[in-house]
Amino acid sequence: MATLSQTAPSPRGLRWLRALADKLSGRSLAETGRQMLLPAIGIALFLAFWHLAAPQVQTSLGAFPGPADVWEQSGRLWQAHSNQRDRADQFVIMQEKRNEGILAENPDAEVKIRDYPSAPTFFDQIFTSLGTVLAGFVLATIIAVPLGVMVGLNRYFSAAVNPLIQIFKPVSPLAWLPLVTMVVSATYVSDDPMFEKSFLTSMITVTLCSLWPTLINTSVGVSAVNPDLLSVSKVLRLSFWTHVRKVVLPSSVPMIFTGLRVSLGIAWMVLIAAEMLAQSPGLGKFVWDEFQNGSSESLSRIMVAVLAIGFIGFLLDRIMLLIQKKVAWNE
Amino acid sequence: MTKSHLEITNVQMAFDTQDGPFIALENVDLKIRKGEFVSLIGHSGCGKSTVLNIVAGLLQATRGGCVLNGHEVNTPGPERAVVFQNHSLMPWLTVYENVELAVQQVFRKTMAKQERRDWIRHNLELVNMAHAANKRPGEISGGMAQRVGIARALAMKPSVLLMDEPFGAVDALTRAHLQDSLMDIQQELNNTVIMITHDVDEAVLLSDRIIMMTNGPKATVGEDLHIDLPRPRNRVALADNPTYVHYRQDVLRFLYEKQRKLETIAPRRGRQKTETNSDETSAQAAKA
Repeated sequence: MATLSQTAPSPRGLRWLRALADKLSGRSLAETGRQMLLPAIGIALFLAFWHLAAPQVQTSLGAFPGPADVWEQSGRLWQAHSNQRDRADQFVIMQEKRNEGILAENPDAEVKIRDYPSAPTFFDQIFTSLGTVLAGFVLATIIAVPLGVMVGLNRYFSAAVNPLIQIFKPVSPLAWLPLVTMVVSATYVSDDPMFEKSFLTSMITVTLCSLWPTLINTSVGVSAVNPDLLSVSKVLRLSFWTHVRKVVLPSSVPMIFTGLRVSLGIAWMVLIAAEMLAQSPGLGKFVWDEFQNGSSESLSRIMVAVLAIGFIGFLLDRIMLLIQKKVAWNE
Repeated sequence: MTKSHLEITNVQMAFDTQDGPFIALENVDLKIRKGEFVSLIGHSGCGKSTVLNIVAGLLQATRGGCVLNGHEVNTPGPERAVVFQNHSLMPWLTVYENVELAVQQVFRKTMAKQERRDWIRHNLELVNMAHAANKRPGEISGGMAQRVGIARALAMKPSVLLMDEPFGAVDALTRAHLQDSLMDIQQELNNTVIMITHDVDEAVLLSDRIIMMTNGPKATVGEDLHIDLPRPRNRVALADNPTYVHYRQDVLRFLYEKQRKLETIAPRRGRQKTETNSDETSAQAAKA
């Protein structure tokens, strides 16, 4: 296998084949295996500990769920989801058939097209959560980055705005929620709303809490541009906007992305809390409902949600990291 | 008398500090002709960079000023291109794009697109960096990055090329190569250059004139030495040329005898040896 990588230069098309062959070679697999060994051991030990410790903790809703209970519940949640999808498909087919029949008899008749009425499943709720967090995060970015650039560029603006940043930064989402709820209820009134009020409330709360890291990191990145580069910009007599576009922003991109990663992590955490209280149909609501439900399966299902939340948070961070690697020039 | 290309007149530079104004430069007068290669040499802290920054327009002199081609200059501009000690290339742009930034900015309206492209290539070839046009500063060595910095400065077609210890951050061997490249470029383009350096050999080898500055504070022009060595200059051949050696000795004498600057020496046998040079140098300056 070693000789494969030392042959004569190949045409570009076959290079990926070679890379794949290298990856699957015995040596490379062994290396990957070794890298995954310690994490695998860590996870296995944790699962063993959890499996043994869980039945020891008795609550009013039964024993604390162990890994086996969580696995069983996740299977059930998936089953419930696919069952509902099947029923929904059936409903749509039946509805179409019925409407065809009506139209065949009387082409001018009014036909109703309704969605399958049902509560959102666990996986629907995951998607709602993801949508809300991304909406809130994007809004936070749109506000924080330009504001951060202004704060970084102008000393006086920075001095004026800094106390406000420091005071609002530590505020918990749970404190913002009542205020945001009241404002949204009062101002977002329409006969055919595009968004649910609970969605808006969650989204705005996420924005309010997650914009601070991006704002601060952007302003730091902007104010810490290499002074030699600033001198070059002066010698070239770059106009203000050209200077910002071609020198300041590219120079600050690494710091901005660090801020974005932190902000996304905070946004995801804040979202779950916001959804719980705003009753937006996402993972937060799922946890809250299960808790209120108080069935013997509740704790297990909540545990499934906890693991899902953690895993999704991890995925979001990894995606940001990938984007950062592509965009940041100093890595 | 030929009209000077660049005139620095009666420049004083005072910085505000907690203990009152710190006067770095006092009565600096300098006249430079077109096509002259002038080296500015002196001990650390004697204000050489300050003079360069004032000519570049990055600092405003507190008194006196700088006139280029009959116009006063007190703001930065591409006609006084600067080469910094650290290459100061934009790390996110390739070598080509770094030079392109300067060319776009200066010649956007006066050169056509293809002409600009050719001009960028030409300057990169001048410094032998055309082969690395698509590399980023992080992927090339310090010496190569410094060449690109020089290419960028030359691409602006400056009236004066200002170089702030351009070869200070590279090793001795690379420095020799870069000096030779600079001499070749100077031969071809005949730019007016002001170069700050610490290296006596470099100053004598490269320049037409060496301006030796006194020690700060209140530093001023100490001595002005014309180097009458024929070009092109070969460092190996010059090594035992008596004129070269003589010039070198003049500069060394100025730096190490007339403008002696002793740092505090670590205590030997419990005794600390410190010596300021203000009395000695002001006496020398009065003599000169």
